[in-house]
Amino acid sequence: MWIDRVVELVPAQRLVAIKHVSFAEEHLHDHFAATATLPALPLMPMSLIIEGMAQTAGIMLGHAHQFREKVILAKVSKAEMREDAGPGCTLRYTATMERMETSGASTKGLVELLTPASPASATAPAFRPVGTIDLIFSHLDNNMQGMTFPEHNFVFGEGFKTLLRTSGIQIPG
Amino acid sequence: MTRDEIFGTVQELLVDALAVDQSDVTMDASLTRDLGAESIDFLDIVFKLEQAFSIKIGQGELFPEGSGNDPRFVKDGKVTPEGIAALKARLPHVNFANFEANPQSNKVGELFTVDTLVRFVEAKLSKAT
Repeated sequence: MWIDRVVELVPAQRLVAIKHVSFAEEHLHDHFAATATLPALPLMPMSLIIEGMAQTAGIMLGHAHQFREKVILAKVSKAEMREDAGPGCTLRYTATMERMETSGASTKGLVELLTPASPASATAPAFRPVGTIDLIFSHLDNNMQGMTFPEHNFVFGEGFKTLLRTSGIQIPG
Repeated sequence: MTRDEIFGTVQELLVDALAVDQSDVTMDASLTRDLGAESIDFLDIVFKLEQAFSIKIGQGELFPEGSGNDPRFVKDGKVTPEGIAALKARLPHVNFANFEANPQSNKVGELFTVDTLVRFVEAKLSKAT
């Protein structure tokens, strides 16, 4: 999972989740590893930040349909980040429902960053907006284009279920 | 709303949805062949049209789903006359003139041009008034 916890849920309207960026995560050692001329630069990859927002928005959408729909990320309409997130930072993803239809949904996303205080900091750290990620989701069973998919909902697997349970969100059935 | 105004708004939303240059969005441009739209972009375009023109578009009303591979209407890679008749009935905003000469099923997506969207919106708005 690319989010650690859901911290706020307004059904079918807004979902907020947080992600702590840790040096223990292996990808930070590769992104970017030291070279002969440059020191290592550990940063949370933008692709995984987009995935974090997709999981945030996807849970909001799944919850709105009692997790019966197979909610698939179909399109990244827009993704902009103005700052990098390194080890010790916390990302906060706020997904807001823009449109929700039978065939799918579009969501707006705000990315905020909490950078931990350094010894030289004069003020307490606080979340500040650093990016936007807007997404389009498809409800797979309503956009089959002649294809068939398994009946069980393979989208919301064990990882999602554990996250929802530990965040205090009820899963039907 | 005039046809030119509708075209202007459609042009803007296609630039946004498909990341194309405004100059490429001409009335006869095909959404798939000329503007690079993929099937999922159709959902985005429907959402954007609904928002821009305050209209409601039913599922499959603007873009038919799976029509290019419906076994009832496709034979040997071509849409049958029955299939074309069914498409025409469902999609009165689409111009089938060129398609009928060579109705390859994998070309169904190319039926949808910028003009198709403008005609569709025109019809929706005229019904609403």
